[in-house]
Amino acid sequence: MRPLTLERLLLRCGILAVILFGVVVIALKLGAVPVSLYGLGRDLIQVMLGRSSGISSDYGMIVIGIRLPRILLGIVVGASLSVAGTSFQALLRNPLADPYVLGVSSGAAIGAILALIVEPHLTLAPELAVLFTPVGAFLGAAATIAAVYFLGCREGNIDSSTLLLAGIITASFLGAIISFLMTTLAGSNLRGTMYWLMGDLSNSPPKALHYFLGFGFFLAAGAIYSTASDLNLLLNGEKEAMHLGVDVRRVRIVVYIAASILTGLAVSVSGSIGYVGLLVPHVMRLIFGSDHRILLPTAALGGAIAVVLADTLARTVVAPAELPVGAMTAMAGAPLFIYLLRRRLA
Amino acid sequence: MSLPAGTVAQAAPRTLGDAAPRTNGEIRLSVEQASYAYSANPAQAPLFTLEATSFQARPGEIVAILGPNASGKSTVLKLISGALEPLSGRILLNGFVTHSLPPKTRAQRIAVVQQESPLLFPSRAWEFVLQGRHPYSRSLRFETEDDISIARNALAQVGAEHLSDRWMDQISGGEKQRVILARALAQQPLLLLLDEPTLHLDIGAQVDLLDSLRRLAARDRYTVVVVTHELNLAGEYADQVVLMQRGKCLRVGPPASVYQRELLEQVFQAPLSVEIAVSGRPRVSVLPGTQETL
Repeated sequence: MRPLTLERLLLRCGILAVILFGVVVIALKLGAVPVSLYGLGRDLIQVMLGRSSGISSDYGMIVIGIRLPRILLGIVVGASLSVAGTSFQALLRNPLADPYVLGVSSGAAIGAILALIVEPHLTLAPELAVLFTPVGAFLGAAATIAAVYFLGCREGNIDSSTLLLAGIITASFLGAIISFLMTTLAGSNLRGTMYWLMGDLSNSPPKALHYFLGFGFFLAAGAIYSTASDLNLLLNGEKEAMHLGVDVRRVRIVVYIAASILTGLAVSVSGSIGYVGLLVPHVMRLIFGSDHRILLPTAALGGAIAVVLADTLARTVVAPAELPVGAMTAMAGAPLFIYLLRRRLA
Repeated sequence: MSLPAGTVAQAAPRTLGDAAPRTNGEIRLSVEQASYAYSANPAQAPLFTLEATSFQARPGEIVAILGPNASGKSTVLKLISGALEPLSGRILLNGFVTHSLPPKTRAQRIAVVQQESPLLFPSRAWEFVLQGRHPYSRSLRFETEDDISIARNALAQVGAEHLSDRWMDQISGGEKQRVILARALAQQPLLLLLDEPTLHLDIGAQVDLLDSLRRLAARDRYTVVVVTHELNLAGEYADQVVLMQRGKCLRVGPPASVYQRELLEQVFQAPLSVEIAVSGRPRVSVLPGTQETL
């Protein structure tokens, strides 16, 4: 008997944090403009000391001003999608659930696009206008997960394959609506929106949004983490969880709202990056087991690592041009998804 | 002795050697005129109705709820567990209405062993048993030494220490049932509810499980309620039998008084013979090929 202890949890997370740091350094170094490790270290220290004006070279400005924000964005997006996927899998008792497969990302995308269309017609204060898109994305995500949940229910029970089908149908229906909405966009917006839809980290969100993103992530992920041991019991099914003292209704509401916030945030700044929320939790489960007290934080770190790596590849394989990061994750993720599906059916 | 339906079996006469009073007078579980109705749609007539059912159980007592399929046995169990709220009447555990207890408090007092459900992701037996400590933990607390020794003890009580490190999906049905029972014991409940615990077990494993239950009930003063349609196992192990048919509670009492041939034949729709063994326990056997003569 070796139950989880705090030391073990911190050790595992520490190892992953070190790996993430290594990946971040590589991502800072690689790119269309070469940077030496020495120069990188010197510039990073300058930034940490709060003396960004002391950075001498233009290269340094590229690294600190362009690559670093993009990497930080990738970390938040990867962690959000991965935590959302982990909690959907536990709550819906479906190992193939994730925001992308269930159509929640598409719902968030519609919310975001609608917000973009409506926003110019409203006269909002600039601080509010910035938040309009992420809030729209959250509402779209929340409405979609509610719809998929009801479509996937049979006589009050969630049926695994019905749910998955409901998600896929919803995603394709929402995809059609997205195509329709895109025709209403002006031509100059079209390419940007296309890239964004495929999952793209190259558009750095406005500064006012940074705090909102960070704060929203910690709030929602923290709320989900507070239900970690309840999620463990929910793997046995809702009835058993109830008999073991889980307030199933409360957990369901908390996790649905928090996971919708995470999906909405991620989609509003980076579009729909697929498969991260599906595959990272599985890999982490293989390594660390299915105890959500360790699975949720390791999945967050793993998701961050996966997205930063994928984005670095997307920036470099066809440099100086760029691929959308969503294309990278889909190319790696779809075959893995099929493998998992076949192993489950076997 | 034939009690009208719904009669409370208060202080039923205990004359059987084996079922001699190991209990004191205190009532732990009291089901009082509890009824329920399932309906697909509130406007329509209910699909199934459970008529007012009453019985009581003391610490250390095993109650078997017995009846053919669709007699309402599992509904009674769900009402007792607090998962369903009775339409009328009430169910008290040590004087508290079970349905109104907060989830964690309820799980500290009532443990439910259900027909096994498949696990989404496999876990080891010890992880599974530790789940029984959840009602005692705060949301992010890690398991304490106490939790671990209670879980270990629970595994030992059902003779399953050796399974501790095995994966739940790689042990036999009988072994799994023991681990599930160990998890229920780790909840340290007052009341153990079991829904068809012997359903997929061979006869050896059935006897093993029920022997453990009887031993535990006697030693640790659990009140045990078992839903089953196994006439002989209920007759052998139960202190009280609640006989149900199509949503009605027909009889409540010790097996020897409830097991009357005509009554059981009518309830189970099969020709039967009932004899009382030397132990004072009833034995039921099926008489095949005599259907026409009835």
